[in-house]
Order: sequence, then C-alpha cells, then structure tokens
Amino acid sequence: MIRDITLGQYFPGKSWVHRLDPRIKIIATLVYIAALFVAHDFLGILIAVGALAMVIAISRVPLSFMLRGLKPIFLIILFTFVLNLFMIPGKVMARIWILTITEEGLYMAFFMAARLILLIIGSSLLTLTTKPMSLTDGIESLLSPFRKLGVPAHELAMMMTIALRFIPTLLEETDKIMKAQQARGADFESGNIIRRAKSLIPILVPLFISAFRIAQELAMAMEARCYRGGKYRTRMNAMKLEARDFAALILMILFLAGMIAERILL
Amino acid sequence: MSIQVNNITHIYSEGLPHQSIALDDVSFCAEDGQFIGIIGHTGSGKSTLVQHLNGLLKPKSGSILVSGTDITAPEVVMRDIRRKIGLVFQYPEYQLFEETVEKDVAFGPANLGLDEVEIQARVKEAIELVGLDYEEIRKRSPFDLSGGQKRRVAIAGVIAMKPEVLILDEPTAGLDPRAHRDVLTMIETVHAHENNIIFLVSHNMNDIARLSDKILVMDGGRLALQGSPHEVFSREETLISLGLSLPEPAKLINMARQKGIPAEGTVLTVEDAEEALYQFLKKD
Amino acid sequence: MSEMIRIENLVFNYTREQDDEEISAIRDVSLTVNKGSFTAIIGRNGSGKSTLAKNINALLLPSSGVVYVNGYDTAKEEDVWNIRQSAAMVFQNPDNQIVSSIVEDDVAFGPENLGVEPEQIRKRVDDSLKAVNMYQHRKKAPHLLSGGQKQRIAIAGAIAMRPECIVFDEPTAMLDPKGREEVMSIIKELHQEGITVVLITHFMEEAAQAERIVIMDRGKIALDGTPGEVFLHRDAIQEMNLDVPLAVELSWRLRRRGIDIPEDIISMEEMVEFLCQYK
Repeated sequence: MIRDITLGQYFPGKSWVHRLDPRIKIIATLVYIAALFVAHDFLGILIAVGALAMVIAISRVPLSFMLRGLKPIFLIILFTFVLNLFMIPGKVMARIWILTITEEGLYMAFFMAARLILLIIGSSLLTLTTKPMSLTDGIESLLSPFRKLGVPAHELAMMMTIALRFIPTLLEETDKIMKAQQARGADFESGNIIRRAKSLIPILVPLFISAFRIAQELAMAMEARCYRGGKYRTRMNAMKLEARDFAALILMILFLAGMIAERILL
Repeated sequence: MSIQVNNITHIYSEGLPHQSIALDDVSFCAEDGQFIGIIGHTGSGKSTLVQHLNGLLKPKSGSILVSGTDITAPEVVMRDIRRKIGLVFQYPEYQLFEETVEKDVAFGPANLGLDEVEIQARVKEAIELVGLDYEEIRKRSPFDLSGGQKRRVAIAGVIAMKPEVLILDEPTAGLDPRAHRDVLTMIETVHAHENNIIFLVSHNMNDIARLSDKILVMDGGRLALQGSPHEVFSREETLISLGLSLPEPAKLINMARQKGIPAEGTVLTVEDAEEALYQFLKKD
Repeated sequence: MSEMIRIENLVFNYTREQDDEEISAIRDVSLTVNKGSFTAIIGRNGSGKSTLAKNINALLLPSSGVVYVNGYDTAKEEDVWNIRQSAAMVFQNPDNQIVSSIVEDDVAFGPENLGVEPEQIRKRVDDSLKAVNMYQHRKKAPHLLSGGQKQRIAIAGAIAMRPECIVFDEPTAMLDPKGREEVMSIIKELHQEGITVVLITHFMEEAAQAERIVIMDRGKIALDGTPGEVFLHRDAIQEMNLDVPLAVELSWRLRRRGIDIPEDIISMEEMVEFLCQYK
C-alpha cells in the first residue's frame, strides 16, 4: 500500500519538465489547480486534460506510474462520485430503492471525479519531476518575500529537508525494532483492536526514544557546523531562471487565459 | 538439541529490478553445546542467515530442522520456535521500552504464556546470569543505566526465554574494552550454565578464534568456509580475499614466519603467541 | 610551534537528570595541543573524553577554567563561530550528523552556514569529496551508503569548512573493520596535509598511530606522552580497563618470563624486526 503512493515520490529523468526551475513548477501546479476550479463544463475539463497530457508526454514519466498514484485514493474518488450521483436534485433519471439518480447528478458525478483525478495527477507530476530537495529550495525561495510578515520560510524549508533525510532512517529503525520485539515473542497481528494497539507500545516507545536521540545528536552536529539559522547563509546551488522557465511561464499564462476565456465566452 | 540447515536460499525483492540473492544454498549443522562463530564482511549475509534460524525470515527453498522439526514448514507455530531459539540483535539496548528493568526482562517470558511465578523466577535468574545485581537493579528504569548495563539487560530479556539456541548478532559492537570483556564473559557464563548452542556473529577475530568450536565464513550469501578455528584461520589468503583478517596473534606469527623465523604450532590467541615466541627466544 | 588548543584547569560539572546529582565529568584538566600535531585522547566510556571534545568546540562551556582554540576563548560568545570554523568536529554516529538527503548538499552545509560565495562552495565541496574518495558518490542519498562511507561524508563536511583542526569524537566506534580502516587512513592523510588532529577513541590500536597519546580516567589525565612513553605503563593502562597493542602485551609477557626485550617495541613490524636479530 505505502509503495503505491506516488504523491511525493521522485521519478528520475532529464526531460525539459525535470529541468524547469522548481519555483516555476510549484507556481504552475498552483495555477493548474486554480484552472481546474475555473472549469465549469466538460470542454474546460477537456482543455485541462489536453494540457496535462502534453506536459506528461514531455516529462516522459510513464502514464502507468501516474495512474498507480490514484489507487490509494480510489475510495475518495468513488465516494465523491456516489455522493454527487445521488445528492444533486434535478430531473429524475432512475430510482434505486430510496435513492434517486438525476441527470444533473450524473453530470456532476463525472465532472467532479474528473476534476479530482486531474488534481491528483497534476500535483503528483510536480513531485515526480522535482527532487524533494529542489522542491524544498523552491518553497523556501517562494515564501521568502513573506518573511517580513512573520512566515518562517527558512525554518520550514530546513524542517522539510531534515524530514526528507530522516524518513528512511526512521523506517529502517522501525523495521529493526519490530524484528527485535518479534524475536522476544511479540505478536502484532492477533487479538482485538485494544490488544493490537497495546502491542504497539514495545515499538513506539523505543522509536520515540530513537527519534529524540537523533534530534539531539543532529542538533549538536548542526551547531558544530556553524548553523545559526538562515540569516548569514548562502547556497551552493543558487536558483537561476533560464529561457525555458520563461517559456513555461508564458505557456502557463496562455493556458490560464484560455480556461478563463472558455468559461466566460462559451 | 541439534540444528540442521539444508540448502537454504533467500532472495530479497524477488521479481523487482533490484532483486538480490541474500543467501545462496547454505547448509551446515550444529550440535548440543556447540559454540559457533559466524564471520563475514558487512553485507555478506550473516544477519539474513541468523534471522532465518529464528523464523523471522523464511527461506525461498531449503529447510531448517531444529531437533528434527522443520521450522520453515507453514504449520509451525512461531511461539514454539521463539521458545527454542533466542535472537539478540545488534545494539539490543534500543529495544528496551518498559519502566523497570524487571518488567522489560519479563516481556519475552510473558509472551511465551508462562505463569507469573515462573516468569519472576526466570527474570531473577536471567538478570543474575548477565552479571547484574537483581535486588539493586530490578526497580530501576533501563534508560538510566550505563551503555554496558543496558546491553546486558537487553540480553537478559532474551536469556529469560531460556532458548536452547542463543544467537547473538555483534553483541559487543560500540562497547569500550571493559564492557566488551564483560559481555563476552557473560556469554561464556550463560553457555556454561545452560549448555545451549550459541551462535556468535562478530567482526572481532580474536574473540571468534578464542571462543568458537566451529566457524562459519559467509561471503556474498554463500557459506564460503566452515570448520574449526584452526582449519579456518589456516586459510589466510582465502580470508583476505573475502575481506577478512586473521586474529592479531596469528597475523604477527605469520609475519614472523615469512621472515624465516621458525615458530611452531597453531597460533590463535595471545597465550599461543607468547608460548611460540618464548620457545624461539629462550634457545639463545 | 604555535598552539592550536590550550586548556587551562578545565572543570566541567553537570546535573544528572534522574536524581539531580551533581556530576564532575572533567576534574582539572590542563592540556596544550600544537598546530599540525596528531593527538589521541583515549579512555573508557565515562572517562570524560567526549565531554572534553565538546568543550573544545564550544558545544559545552567550562564550569571553571579556560579553553582557548586558535587563540579564541570558548567562553566568549562573539567568537563561537570562529572557534567552530577553526576546529571542526566529526561525531560518532554516522547517521545522525548528515543533514541533507543528497551527499554533496550535505557537504555544502558548513560553508553555506559560513556565508561562503556559491562558486567557492562548489569548489570546496568537490575538493572535500575528492579528499575522502567519495566524489563519485556525490549525488547519492546518504542512507544508501555504508557506515564507513557515511563517516567519510561527515569528514568531508568538516573539511569543507577549511578548519585548521578537526576533533574526531569516536569516529570509528560504530563501524565495521573495513569502515574503521577507511576512516583511519583518511585521518592520517589529513594529518599529513597539515591539519591538526585530535582523535577521541577507545581503541588502543588507533591511538597507537598518533604522535601523542593522552589517557583520560575519571575526568583526569592519567598518562600523557608519545606512544612509546605511554605503553611503558602497561599495568596502569590495564587497570584503567584499556588494552595495550599486541606487541606491547607480548613483550611484557615475555619479559616476565625472563626474556630481554627492548621497551620501545609497539607495532607488529617492530616486533618482527626484533625477532629477526635472533634468527
């Protein structure tokens, strides 16, 4: 199950999309999401599908990989679909038991499900084509103008960096502790919910202790390497916008304008 | 009590592009009261092997007979395996979780479904066996102990399950020389007291040479060599090609022999080396 | 020769959490480390050796006494960044000192904190990674590397700050023999290139490779001298629950049985050389 979540996973590549500035990609994703909410009919959705298909094709991330990301949220999509299908009042098409399906409901059900699917694929495209570290840098840079308003841009980015670094370490640690307790006869699979929840204590306590130890040691190591917040810091990979980034920006504006025009004019 | 491992093979991430053979056709046996050393460089398959002996991992093929019962068979109850075979992982102090030493050591025996009286008796015995003062330490929090003490409490937690086979995966890693010696002495005490089969995974050739009746040498998932310390450590070139080395005293004597110094007998320990050099030097 | 570190009558006390008891980790230690030297500080767990290392890096401050690093007093807050830049530190656990999930970004962390120019950081990162033979792994994720490799990344991170001195706090304690060897050979190379090395360890065979050995016991300096001088005190060292190198131990045992062996034999090579005279 955890393996299926493509949201947040990186698919290595050297495509034009991969090489775009992370800031542009973050903005593009936000614009795309906004555009999905601008769309109010299937023509709008069709334009959005076309735009996304184009970017996916350029990114060379296999479509199957994208679709796999939908699996874990399949239930949410289904729920949205069913809810719209039965809850929207209008011209009755069919009755099943106490539920009624209306024409408007059917339309909305497909429309909302399509919007949700595009939203998920659109945002996974961002993480699939952007290294987590660049994503962090992008967020830091985009948020930094808001620092004067009290937004801790650097601190947030540093927290994300450390989280990314230590997730694999903690997963490994969890696996080790689980095995060690199993060797002492612990049983995580049988019994009722309360028993099972209780059986997690021998894993959670050592895990928390490990996490605290890591935090303490890491803080000391960071201090020893002269870390003192974002104030005097420079970066090795300063981000620079290239011609392709501006091209992407123009395409993005055209796309959004098209979506708005479609809504107003048609 | 005996263990017979027949042609076990294990593959990680089978079917995926990064699949790797972790164990490749490994066979050996261990008899009652034997002390078995397992050596090999990091990633050679030692940890995978010992996890099979305890049923934590299942082989893709092959069988593991413990006193005649095949523990790889699907109908085997895990609790019965754990009762017979105890496994102490690397840095076992990281699995401590209870408020008191006593409760933590009792975790294993309680999981075996023993009654309260039996559990208490075993906890006391195990804590004393690892060389700690039961009355003094039982109510203390395991997190307030020194590194060496924590390690011993963690080992006591497995010993209290009274396994007929005790597997220790690098039990002295990260300890200072004193704590290192203490833990080894403790293992010898347990071995003498319980007359169980011990598997010791270690990078320390001096310890392996001194304690083992038999040594298994792992390389790339295969059992590259097996035999008595004398047999294994007489194959210096093979060991070096596997990224391993000889015990220090053996290394010294081999260096001397290469320079044409006659030193007789098998040299594995400091005492052996002392004797060999004494015999050589006293002649003059 | 000028001084890199000067410690005068250092005392370090702390309050133990579980019972509020006042513990003296370091009790009146004075020590001078010259620039370009290689000093090993050895002792049991709890002997105060790691506390001493953290006092050198201003991660801990003296309860009394003074610590000077490159002329800066560690108690003066305004000099703390100069101190940490001139005496960098490498810790025991290779996992818990790597900040970034990409090797080269991690090595850049120190220089970035020091406000170094981007092109200059790039150069330092490449040079440092080459110095520890990890340049080919620069794009990898640290958790996919071996313990020894991770520790070399941590060393590269220290070198990239261009320090004059590196304090290694038990850098090999959690490594396998291969990793231990890799790290020791890098440490010796750094020393040859002129970096002042302070190596905290509990392995005597590592300490024996230094120019000077300081043995700590219960918060005090018990022995201090060249390896040859220190190993004369074989019994005292054993009483402090430390080992002596094999050649020293064997010489001691043979001497006890009436064989005349010179006292300056420390390494196996020296032992073999001595034996050859009797062929």
